Amino acid sequence: MLRLERRATPSSVMGFVSPVLAALGMLITGFLLFRALGKDPVEAFYLFFIKPLSTTYGIGELFLKTTPLLLCGLGLALGFRANVWNIGAEGQLTMGAIAGGGVALWFGESDSSFAMPLMLLAGVLGGMAWAAIPAFLRTRFNTNEILVTLMLVYIAQLLLSWLVHGPWRDPQGQNYPQSQGFGDAETMSVLINGTRVTWGIIYALGLAVVAWIFSQKTFAGFRMQVAGLAPAAAAYAGFSEKRNIWIALMLCGATAGLAGICEVAGPIGRLQQQISPGYGFAAIIVAWIGRLHPIGVVFGALLMSLLYLGGESAQMGMGLPSAITGLFQGLLLFYLLAADLFITFRLKRVPRAESIPVKPPAPVESAA
Amino acid sequence: MNPLVPMIASTVVAATPLIYAALGETVVERSGVLNLGIEGMMLIGAVSGFAATYATGSDAVGFLAAAAAGVALSLVFGFLTLNLQTNQVATGLALTLFGIGLSAFVGYNYAGLPVNRLPAITIPGLTAIPVIGDLLFHYDIMVYLSIALYLGVLWFLTKSRMGLTLRAIGESPGVAHAIGKPVLTTRYLAVMFGGATAGIAGAYLSLVQTPMWVEGMSAGKGWIALALVVFGTWKPTRVVIGAYLFGGVTQFQLFAQGFGLPIPTEFLSMLPYAATVVVLVIICRDPKTILLNQPASLGHSFHSAA
Repeated sequence: MLRLERRATPSSVMGFVSPVLAALGMLITGFLLFRALGKDPVEAFYLFFIKPLSTTYGIGELFLKTTPLLLCGLGLALGFRANVWNIGAEGQLTMGAIAGGGVALWFGESDSSFAMPLMLLAGVLGGMAWAAIPAFLRTRFNTNEILVTLMLVYIAQLLLSWLVHGPWRDPQGQNYPQSQGFGDAETMSVLINGTRVTWGIIYALGLAVVAWIFSQKTFAGFRMQVAGLAPAAAAYAGFSEKRNIWIALMLCGATAGLAGICEVAGPIGRLQQQISPGYGFAAIIVAWIGRLHPIGVVFGALLMSLLYLGGESAQMGMGLPSAITGLFQGLLLFYLLAADLFITFRLKRVPRAESIPVKPPAPVESAA
Repeated sequence: MNPLVPMIASTVVAATPLIYAALGETVVERSGVLNLGIEGMMLIGAVSGFAATYATGSDAVGFLAAAAAGVALSLVFGFLTLNLQTNQVATGLALTLFGIGLSAFVGYNYAGLPVNRLPAITIPGLTAIPVIGDLLFHYDIMVYLSIALYLGVLWFLTKSRMGLTLRAIGESPGVAHAIGKPVLTTRYLAVMFGGATAGIAGAYLSLVQTPMWVEGMSAGKGWIALALVVFGTWKPTRVVIGAYLFGGVTQFQLFAQGFGLPIPTEFLSMLPYAATVVVLVIICRDPKTILLNQPASLGHSFHSAA
C-alpha cells in the first residue's frame, strides 16, 4: 500500500521535475484525446508540436508569441511570489496597447525618432496606471485584488472596443472596428528577415535578466519573497505589506503594458478590437510552470507559445477547433498543480497490515 | 403596459444565474473552501446543458446534464485541493482556464444552432392578474426553483444540524476533525453542490437568457457571483438581494436605450464590472466586516495527520 507522507524539507529536485511530469501528462492526455476524436495521434502531434517549428518563419512566430507571454509571465511571477494575486494582466496589456497606440495615432505618419520611445513609455505607463487601481484599492480599502484585476480586464476591453468603434476608427477603414495603421516610425522593426519577430523579444529577454537580478539579488525582491513564503515573518521583520503590494502590481502593470504596445506596434500594426488571444491569462500558467522564477518563466513562455502555434496549425491541418489550445493550457496547469504535491509530500510504501507480525492481543477488556 | 414591468421581469431573468452560482459558492465557502472556478464550471454547464437539450429536446435533461457536468468538474477541483492539498486559488484559476478551453472545444460544433427558449409557466388565474401576474407569475420554472434553492440553503445553513457542522468545519477544521466531524466528506459534498449550481447557472444562460451556445458566453458572471458572496458577507439572504441588484445593473442598458440616453453601449456594458468593484470596496473598506463574517479557514488546506 502507498501512503502520502510529508517530506522533512521540500524537495528541490521535484521543483524541476514536476513541470516535466505535467508536460508529459498533458501530452498523454492529448494523445488519448486525439484518439477519441478519431484523428491519427501521430499526425496530430506532428502538426501540433513539430510542423510549426520546421521553418524559419515558424521559429520567428514562436518568439513572436513568446514575447507577450514572457513579459506578462515575468510580472505575474514577481507578484505571485509575494502572494499578490494579480490575474488581470490581460487588462493591463490592453491598457498598455491603448496608451501606446494612442501615442502612435497622435504621431500619425510622422517619422520622428521620438515616436517609438514615447509609445513604449506610454504603453508601460498605461499598464501601470491600470494596475495602480487594484493596488490602491487593496492597500487603502482592503479590497481583494483577484476580483478587481479581473473586472478591470472587461472594462479595459470594452474601452478599447469603444475607441476602435468610435473616436479612433479609421475613416477609410470601410467601417471595420480598427484604427488607422501605424506609420513606419511607429512600427517596431523586424529582428530577423523573413519572420515577423520584432525587437520586443529582446526587451523581454533583457527584462527576464533584470527580473532575475531583482528577485534574487535585491533587498526589495527578498522582502517580497519573505512576504509570500512567511507573511508573519515579514510582518515581524517590519517589511511593509503595502509597499510589497504596490511594487508587485506596478512591475506587472509595466511588463504587461509593454507587452500590449509591443503587440500593437509589432505584428498587429494598428489598434483593433481583439489584440490578444488571452496572453494575459495564459501568462498565469506560464508563471506557474516557470516556478515563479524569471529564468523558468522563459521556458514556460516558449512552451505556451508552442501551444498557441500548435493550436493554429492543428486548426488549419486537421480542422480541429483552435480552442484546443485553451484545453491544453488548462490541462497543463492541472497536472502541474498535482505534480507539485510531490515537492512537499512523498509516496511511502506502507506494509500491509496482515504482513506485520503482531503479538496476539492480551486478553484485556477494552472499554472502547 | 407599464414600462417598468418588462424591466423588472428582465432583471429577474438576469439575476437568476447569479443566484444559482452565488448560493452554491456561499455553501462552498462556508465549508472553508474557496473555489475560483465558477466561471469555468458555468461555461461547461452552459455547453453541456445546450448539447443535451439540443439532442433530446428536453429542458429537464439539459439542466440535469449541466448540473452533472458542473459536479464532474468540481470533483477534479475537490480531488486536487482536498486530497492533494493544492493551493485553492491556483487550482480554482486552473479550473476556470480549463473550463473555458474545454467548453470552447466541446461547443465548437454547437455554435449558432438554435434551441427553444425554456417557456414561462402560466398559473391559471394568477398569471392573468394585471401587472402582478406579469411581475410575479410569468417566469420560467428555473426562476421559481432559484427561490426554492435560496430557502433551502438558508434553512440548511442556519437551522439544520448538518449546516452547523459545515459552518464549524469552515471556521475551524482542526477542531471539527478532533470531535469526529467528517471534514473531507463535508467539504467534498459542498464543492459538488457548488459545481451543480454553477452548472445550472451556466445552462440558464444557454437555454433561457440567450438560447444558444456562444464561446465564453458567461462573460465574467462567474466572477461576479464570487464577488456577490463577499458582498452578501457569506449570508444567503444578502447574496440573493445582491444578485437582484446586479441583475438590475445589467438591465440598465435597456433602460438607458429606452429613454434615449446618449451613452455608448460599451460604457453601459462596463457598468456591472464597475459596480462589482465599487461594492467590493464598500464591503471590504472596514476590515472588521470581513473578519467577522468570512469563514476563518477559507482558502486553507486541511491535512489531518491521522
